[in-house]
Amino acid sequence: MAEFRMPSLGADMEAGTLVEWLVKPGDHVKRGDIVAVVETQKGAIEIETFETGRIEKFLVDLNSKVPVGTPLAEIWAEGEAEPVVAAAAPPVTPAARPLAAPAPLITPSPPVVPSAVGMRASPAARRLAKERHIDLSTVTGSGPAGAIIYADVERLGAAGAAPERKRAPGLDLNAMRVAIAAAMARSKREIPHYYLEHQVDVTACEQWLTAHNTTLPPDNRLLFGALTIKAVALATRRFPAFNGFYRDNKFEPAQAVHIGVAISIRGGGLAAPALHDADRISLDELMASMRDLVQRTRAGRIRGSEMSDPTITVSSLGERGVEALYGVIYPPQVAIVGFGKVVERPWVIDGAIGPRSVVTMTLAADHRVSDGHAGALFLAEIGKLLQEPDKL
Amino acid sequence: MKQETVKAQMIETTYREAAKEAIRDAIKRDERVFLMGEDVGRYGGCYAVSKGLLAEFGPEKIRDTPLSESGFTGAGIGAAMAGMRPIVEVMTVNFSLLALDQILNTAATVRHMSGNQFGVPVVIRMATGAGRQLAAQHSHSLEGWYAHIPGIKVLAPATLEDARGMLWTALEDPDPVLIFENVMLYNMSGTLAADAGPVDIDKAAVRRPGHDISLITYGGSLWKTLEAATSLAAEGIDAEVIDLRSLRPLDDATIMASVAKTRRAVIVDEGWRSGSLAAEIGMRIVEQAFWELDAPIGRVCSEEVPIPYPRHLENASIPQAPKIVAAAKAVLGRA
Amino acid sequence: MNDIDIRKIVKEELNNIAPEVDMDHIEPTADLREAMDIDSMDFLNFITAVTHRLSIDIPEVDYPKLVTLNGAVAYIGAKLRSSGR
Repeated sequence: MAEFRMPSLGADMEAGTLVEWLVKPGDHVKRGDIVAVVETQKGAIEIETFETGRIEKFLVDLNSKVPVGTPLAEIWAEGEAEPVVAAAAPPVTPAARPLAAPAPLITPSPPVVPSAVGMRASPAARRLAKERHIDLSTVTGSGPAGAIIYADVERLGAAGAAPERKRAPGLDLNAMRVAIAAAMARSKREIPHYYLEHQVDVTACEQWLTAHNTTLPPDNRLLFGALTIKAVALATRRFPAFNGFYRDNKFEPAQAVHIGVAISIRGGGLAAPALHDADRISLDELMASMRDLVQRTRAGRIRGSEMSDPTITVSSLGERGVEALYGVIYPPQVAIVGFGKVVERPWVIDGAIGPRSVVTMTLAADHRVSDGHAGALFLAEIGKLLQEPDKL
Repeated sequence: MKQETVKAQMIETTYREAAKEAIRDAIKRDERVFLMGEDVGRYGGCYAVSKGLLAEFGPEKIRDTPLSESGFTGAGIGAAMAGMRPIVEVMTVNFSLLALDQILNTAATVRHMSGNQFGVPVVIRMATGAGRQLAAQHSHSLEGWYAHIPGIKVLAPATLEDARGMLWTALEDPDPVLIFENVMLYNMSGTLAADAGPVDIDKAAVRRPGHDISLITYGGSLWKTLEAATSLAAEGIDAEVIDLRSLRPLDDATIMASVAKTRRAVIVDEGWRSGSLAAEIGMRIVEQAFWELDAPIGRVCSEEVPIPYPRHLENASIPQAPKIVAAAKAVLGRA
Repeated sequence: MNDIDIRKIVKEELNNIAPEVDMDHIEPTADLREAMDIDSMDFLNFITAVTHRLSIDIPEVDYPKLVTLNGAVAYIGAKLRSSGR
């Protein structure tokens, strides 16, 4: 018998709320299947099982908030015999459990919020937080001695309250903001960033895209963003110092290339889930994955592995205004590549000035792992790859 | 009603005159009404509230009594049971303790003890509070004690309108009503509608609307609290001031509505802190509005000493505007 | 299918992409990318949805004609009429 447990979906995650089962007792699952949806500060996340077998029983009630590691379900291996006593027992009433049935190692915790114990929050704040399903541990108090008062909770609620009704249930922008705050503050606290900038002519990309997309229905059309992600993914093959994690005072290069795609959420939110194996899949596959990822992220349904898998992040403020963005690295990653908007610029080609489509690429990288020289070569490699889009 | 007041002709008057006008009006309205108490006739009342009434209405209606609070309060209760509508004046609340047996054991219980055969429609007026350097036997604020007693109503008029209007409504009540007039209010002047008349006696009043904190008070402390609210406003704190008006029964609804809005409360009460009316109100807020609160409830009461004679000590012993400001800021975490 | 029907369909599809936006508050001549805070991916999804729903072809080169509500309605109307619908 194996246990399906509340996973840790980030170093700062202490507990999660089980909001949905996507399987039922008796279902057969295999490693990698999505079996449940868990709500965390980052939103609702689909959780995969690492075990193959049959869902024997659920151990935690829906909407229970339980600490990381709490068993959520029992998964029995195929052919694992039910205890004889259990089989012979009359239909089990909720109160009575057959004596010989394997008891969970840890009984499901009651839905308490450990971090809320001892917290200073006024009765009014607590009531409002309960009504609006706001985790008080995510609220900053402005009252005496930092106590959380009504207005603190109300302010949070007001930020997303009105549109939230229409939003996907998994999207908690307030919690997401808190998660972003924690990750970005940690990044700026711990990671010595260095920044590089490089302008590159992407006229070839534009021309290639136009030609490519003309003959295709919208479903199969590519976006410039797909090319940039592919180019970055390919460039990391030659420059592995930008692809991986910095943990326990050392860099661990990643074998695979999972690009974290920075996806903004209208109303103020950001997530950068992984686009898996971006260096190995075709552009069409990459584009399809990207569409799926954007759609699910904005609907509040990101899978657990997608949140923790990215090995490097690509951020693009796309068509919107600015020409360059200087990223903040998402720990424990070690680099983030930024793309500004594509602009028409006078450009010298073969000794003559002509109008070209130019994009400003930036790199923010972890100086503990790489130096500016390597960063410059990395950026130049991405630029070079973008000159030959047909080979991406 | 407010519009009528605006339209009506306004007169300059004082709290004392408003109280006197209330007595005069009651005697004229109802032949069963008369005033009795120590020095209310020839002397004109120790705070001169009844000055001139003896000449106007004669000794049948304005009756001087011996210095025996138990005796004349008992006589008033008996007259009320027999069909009269007496107004009994007791010089100060300290002296009323001599009549406490009559008030508690008789006035407040007769309807119960007689199986509802008799009521006691008596009104007992008395002065209360410190500030006149009358020392420890004339200066206390014991209205909170009376507010403890089922069977009576306890009023605390703080404004000219209430000094003028509460008496008649109290006389209309079939049961005993005690009216506490703060000694510091008698000289207070202001304008009052020439045709001002009876007012309700069961609702608290919001004397100053605000959003940040509820300051709950009554009687003489109302004006200090309003002064404190003005100071707080200068510091950006928008205080709501509630005048309880009736100390028994308490108008819980108005208090809770205010606290639900501001989420914070400070109670200002000239009684001693321990076992005070402020304690009762604070507890009711916790019972009824706990989930509305954003901060612990504060209170400003009198120091737990006999009220001192020296002016500076007397002033220091009772609630004052700066103490109220400090208490409000403490609750708001702005101290 | 008249322009009123088309406008309704356009609004519905845009709302599917940005459900929190109140379409009645979008100026008919406003740039949708700014008015609704949608990006190229959203726009592509919008084009894809309209293409499927109305069985018309919208080549990439025509995208600029569809960046306002009025523009989209006019473009789609013309496309439908040219195919005899």
